[in-house]
Amino acid sequence: MGKVYKYGDHIDTDVIIPARYLNVHEPNQLAAHCMEDIDFEFKNTVKVGDVIIAGENFGCGSSREHAPIAIKASGIQCVIAKSFARIFLRNAFNIGLPVIESDCAYDEFNEKDEIEVDYGKGWMINKTTQKQYKVNPLPAFMMHIVEKGGLMNSIREER
Amino acid sequence: MKMTMTQKIMAAHTDQAVYPGAYIHCDLDMLLGNDITTPVAIDAFQMHQHKEVFDRKKISIVPDHFTPNKDIASALQCQKVRRFVQEHKIEHYFEIGEMGIEHALLPEKGLVKSGDMIIGADSHTCTFGALGAFSTGIGSTDLAAAMVTGKCWFKVPEAIEVELIGKPNGYVSGKDVILKLIGILGVDGARYKSLEFTGEGISHLSMDDRFTISNMVIEAGAKNGIFPVDEKTKAYMDANHLDYPIYEADEDAIYIEKITIDLSTLEPIVAKPHLPSNIEKAAKLNHILIDQVVIGSCTNGRLSDLRIAAEILSGKKIKKGLRLIVFPATQKIYLEAMRAGYIESIIEAGGIVSTPTCGPCLGGHMGILGENEKCLATTNRNFVGRMGHVTSEIYLSSPAVAAASSLTGYITTPGGNYGEGL
Ligand code: SF4
Repeated sequence: MGKVYKYGDHIDTDVIIPARYLNVHEPNQLAAHCMEDIDFEFKNTVKVGDVIIAGENFGCGSSREHAPIAIKASGIQCVIAKSFARIFLRNAFNIGLPVIESDCAYDEFNEKDEIEVDYGKGWMINKTTQKQYKVNPLPAFMMHIVEKGGLMNSIREER
Repeated sequence: MKMTMTQKIMAAHTDQAVYPGAYIHCDLDMLLGNDITTPVAIDAFQMHQHKEVFDRKKISIVPDHFTPNKDIASALQCQKVRRFVQEHKIEHYFEIGEMGIEHALLPEKGLVKSGDMIIGADSHTCTFGALGAFSTGIGSTDLAAAMVTGKCWFKVPEAIEVELIGKPNGYVSGKDVILKLIGILGVDGARYKSLEFTGEGISHLSMDDRFTISNMVIEAGAKNGIFPVDEKTKAYMDANHLDYPIYEADEDAIYIEKITIDLSTLEPIVAKPHLPSNIEKAAKLNHILIDQVVIGSCTNGRLSDLRIAAEILSGKKIKKGLRLIVFPATQKIYLEAMRAGYIESIIEAGGIVSTPTCGPCLGGHMGILGENEKCLATTNRNFVGRMGHVTSEIYLSSPAVAAASSLTGYITTPGGNYGEGL
């Protein structure tokens, strides 16, 4: 269970982790600046298990994997958005940060609402309003990568 | 049958069935990494039991973002990359002195060509679509996995046809075409899809124009943006003595949407803060005063871009108090611009010319913006804080508009008569 951080449409990777911090790549150093150009307090208030809910096209822009890495290292358990930018989506799966497309989450949750998610079984609950919602199951191909714990593990035996 | 150009190239690189929505694994012809994304890929690479690259000739590593190194932290990242490159004897690695911005450098060096399947851990890897290649940006873990296996997974995209007709007027260039297209599609209008360019208008676009257009298709969310191979493409590749296959879309290829742009009706366009889709005619923005002009980047740092800027600036002085920063995209372009006198014209007008680097484009170094400053740039992104302070603002334009504006201090349309195109 965690609390909701809510952002709008087109949250780009430059605001998730600004390029001025990309001279390092250690996850905790990146997490120390996560979201700061759009939400300065995020890095100080985020707790393990919290969830980001956003509108359309989350993670657009640069291919920097530092963006999902920073979000994951912040303690965020998953990102739920109306839609995701293509490269962000694959990066998130590849490093094991679950991302969920949902039409209703953005309208049904407010900032700081308590949320519980089970992406395996396909539901989420707004603990603040006590309402439950379905979420779409992941495509089988992606589920395989997630179950293996990321892309590198899933190709471990391959050459 | 019924395949788009992108699907044809994919089919030539996999045994699996290729149809929109299918997940397939493709063999790769070239992999690309830079000084920001490669260190993360190296960490992921070390997790694999083989710890060997699949083919040292099919990997290009170009440290271009924070080079020449701007601080100790970025120097350490480059050292890590350099050690990896030496250990694995990666053939295509370019230190300063022979480097350039990756997306301008690889075509120039003849490392990418039509029919290729290319991935790069940098979103603007889509640039090589101008050559008739499938080329797309991926992340560091994808790069790491591909360095081991030589393959990458893709979801086969649906395509949008972008038909270009007519001939552009005056100073209208590839940048205006792509800004117009992003304005039509919005920043996610082509998400997960290919943009396939068709139409006789293409013949009026130089290779530099096409590189600029393919470069920015990611700004509409596209997976790739591909041009057919014509005489100009062949001449470009022949100059590098390349052998190349040519793929064409089937006559009955399926496009989910068709957009037609008449190049003859376009006029210079500017994208206002804070999205590349937020377009307006340059002529309508002459009330916007600017503090800095940046000409360069993987979008518009090629020789023809510097030529146009130099022609507009030649014999004139930039507005007192404005900063004009020009950065050629590669060493070769830098040298050719110097020989042609472009660099001299720019410096005499009051601009500065930097060594090739990504520099200010991503707010790295060499021209960071302060509080509330406005910048007109020929780069590709005007997101919040992209070039510096979170309150600064970026306007995107062609080199012609950027150069003309550096003379006046406000957004200025260079000469010529334009129709009612926007
Ligand atoms: S010039 Fe800008 S957009 Fe191009 S690769 Fe460098 S940082 Fe990215």
